Amino acid sequence: MTAPRDKLGRPVVVVTGMGIMTSLGNGKADNWAKLVAGESGIRTITRFPVDGLRTTMAGTVDFVSVDPFSSTGLSERMAELVTEEALAQAGIGAKADFPGPLFLAVAPVEVEWPQRRELGRAVGAQDFTYDDLLRISGGGKYNAYHHRFMFGSVAAHLAETFGTKGSPISLSTACASGATSIQLGVEAIRRGETDAALCVATDGTVNPEALVRFSLLSALSTQNDPPQAASRPFSKNRDGFVMAEGAGALVLESYEAAVARGAKILGVIAGCGELTDSFHRTRSSPDGKPIIGCMNKTLADAGMTPDQIDHINAHGTATPENDKMEYNTTSAVFGELVTKIPVTSNKSMVGHTISAAGAVEAIFSLLTLEHQRIPPTINYDTPDPTILFDVVGNKARDARVTAVMSNSFGFGGQNASLILTREPA
Amino acid sequence: MTDTAAKPGQTEVWITGIGLATSLGEGLDANWAALQEKRINVDEKGFAPFIVHPLMPVTFDSQIPKKGDQRQMEAWQRIGVYAAGLALDSAGIKGNKDILSKIDMVVAAGGGERDLNVDTGVLTAEAKGANAPGFLNERLMSDLRPTLFLAQLSNLLAGNIAIVNGLGGTSRTFMGEEVAGADAARIALSRIASGESDIALVGGSHNGERKDLMVLYEFGDFNLKNKFAPVWARKDHAGFALGSAGAFLVLESRAHAEARGAKPYAKLSSVVTDLARRKQSGDMEATLEKLWDKLPKREGKGAIISGATGAEPATSEERGFLKQHTDFPVRSTGTMFGHTMETQFPLGLALAALSISRGALFPPNDSTGTEIEMQGAPTQIVVVGAGHWRGEGMALVEAVS
Repeated sequence: MTAPRDKLGRPVVVVTGMGIMTSLGNGKADNWAKLVAGESGIRTITRFPVDGLRTTMAGTVDFVSVDPFSSTGLSERMAELVTEEALAQAGIGAKADFPGPLFLAVAPVEVEWPQRRELGRAVGAQDFTYDDLLRISGGGKYNAYHHRFMFGSVAAHLAETFGTKGSPISLSTACASGATSIQLGVEAIRRGETDAALCVATDGTVNPEALVRFSLLSALSTQNDPPQAASRPFSKNRDGFVMAEGAGALVLESYEAAVARGAKILGVIAGCGELTDSFHRTRSSPDGKPIIGCMNKTLADAGMTPDQIDHINAHGTATPENDKMEYNTTSAVFGELVTKIPVTSNKSMVGHTISAAGAVEAIFSLLTLEHQRIPPTINYDTPDPTILFDVVGNKARDARVTAVMSNSFGFGGQNASLILTREPA
Repeated sequence: MTDTAAKPGQTEVWITGIGLATSLGEGLDANWAALQEKRINVDEKGFAPFIVHPLMPVTFDSQIPKKGDQRQMEAWQRIGVYAAGLALDSAGIKGNKDILSKIDMVVAAGGGERDLNVDTGVLTAEAKGANAPGFLNERLMSDLRPTLFLAQLSNLLAGNIAIVNGLGGTSRTFMGEEVAGADAARIALSRIASGESDIALVGGSHNGERKDLMVLYEFGDFNLKNKFAPVWARKDHAGFALGSAGAFLVLESRAHAEARGAKPYAKLSSVVTDLARRKQSGDMEATLEKLWDKLPKREGKGAIISGATGAEPATSEERGFLKQHTDFPVRSTGTMFGHTMETQFPLGLALAALSISRGALFPPNDSTGTEIEMQGAPTQIVVVGAGHWRGEGMALVEAVS
């Protein structure tokens, strides 16, 4: 095949294992089948009462049980399951002995309402202050909650279960977190610190307060009925994103190490790029320069030009602002090619898996390369006339795909892009 | 084990900026003076029986000029943005658009303050019988400030630093309590050492004056109660006193610093981290010993700055490790600044660089004999950061030769 080094002389980083879970199901086979069939995983929330909420649907993962339930517990369990799938495919290392570090994208952790309510009931009075809660928190009765609600607890659990090496890194770059976890793994391999890295991203935070938080920022779709039609990327009548849960895991290896052990190569992480927008906490700079810069940095990192990209897996949240901004910035980078490159948003079907999205969509991009078939953007009935993307609307499309750009943009000015290819460039 | 030791051919990384806002004061001189005077700022009453090291009040306007920006942040973010601004000032790059537009940021962060009135309001109403299915939803929809979420999000500390100072490189936020601070420094160092980056802003901030955090740590009985004592003297009265602090460093390749005429406080030679299983007594001590062996050779005049928390059994394990290295005078940031969680390791790095640049280690403040006097100027300081529950980190800060 090709040289084990890229155009910049760095080790080529390949993917040898993938695991995925979304509201569509568990595992690559199930997810891919439903994704190309245009199925939606968005449904009315049944996990908790939705009375009084403006948004009552989400892409929840209801088929994984966690007891006692917490969003962090669900995130951990999903991460564990997708990692098992990825490791089984990669066939790397030994059981509980992964030969490299862990980079985990995970939602910020906090004590949650079920536990807070348990504490409230334990006070045993009708009127009390926060000091009363504090007074009864100690003594060992709630020891497990300390561990559960440490920010590092999910990573520590995964590191111990799978025997990753060194200090596992838990990271958050908001909606770009999944892409950042991959980027950290790529960089560690390129620096020669390790031959392999485990990159995992997980988000199980569909809970009342999380929903309320995004609702108060007017970020969520309120097209509750039918829930499957709520997420409408690039449509004129899009009105926000749909919260969702999911997880993705990727085993990254240097091309050399993968070949040496005879591993099947599933794809290449050809380029990563990241650029901070300092304009506003939730809005992109109106000139789009940081996103344009991010895409250009990624192309440069991959040593590629826009004409070599033949599919874009868009961030495509279906918020009015994101999709418009994504189109404008992509146009600036791709010029007249922008109307010719097929674009899709997986979020039309699985919703926005927030911290996991970057990894989930990177995996879908790699599956697109494998199957040479682009999953559709569903609910694309009324195209936004100002967005001239070649949206793969409603039906999957067979296409020759050699390189995919996957974009992630998040609150706090976080922009990250990845370029995935079938073979080393 | 993951490590960032300078390898042959890798570039030297200097610490060219330090920003501190702590319970002892703002800026390097105030903190240094308080350390010389062995002054500790603890509040034993405000959160009694819990003890905190409260932030020495600062005028946020000087680093966060827009009131609108300040209003969008909770205290932990304001402290961090303030300290980050001081670090940029100290490195002489504040307002330098060329550099700020490419500076890489690695921030260690927890999460932000909850609205205790909202939480208590919901719980007491439920105790009085409010049990409609949508009760919690309705209260949260009506009572939560719309922008509170942004003041709680971990990565919005970095986001606010970028907004206030116009930063435009990369921005990564690491979470995971104490060791997140060490890993932030490790990744920033390895990126510069390998040539991926020229200059980085690294650090964290913590507001220790928070009852919601005390609840979390009280679940594990980790809070120090009733009476303050130096970290090493807490064996029979274990726990940590939360501290408020922001600590940021500007790390820079030697070539980049020299090209712009920047002077180093010290160089950051190595950062190593690990995750001891801590299943058995001695696990953590063994891991610290392994990390110690991973650091480059120490042949100069050495010292140790420890971030020991005072919580057990971690502090006893660390004391066991220190006993193997009694030729290195030890100082505890936990005693002087309280436990500032994600910020403790960057704070240790800052004090190591400051001590090297001022030609003296700050004096001991301990009744147990763990900390001893040091004569002369330290040239190599090992920063130790072992988490109260998980995670171990170590760094070597050296004088520039």
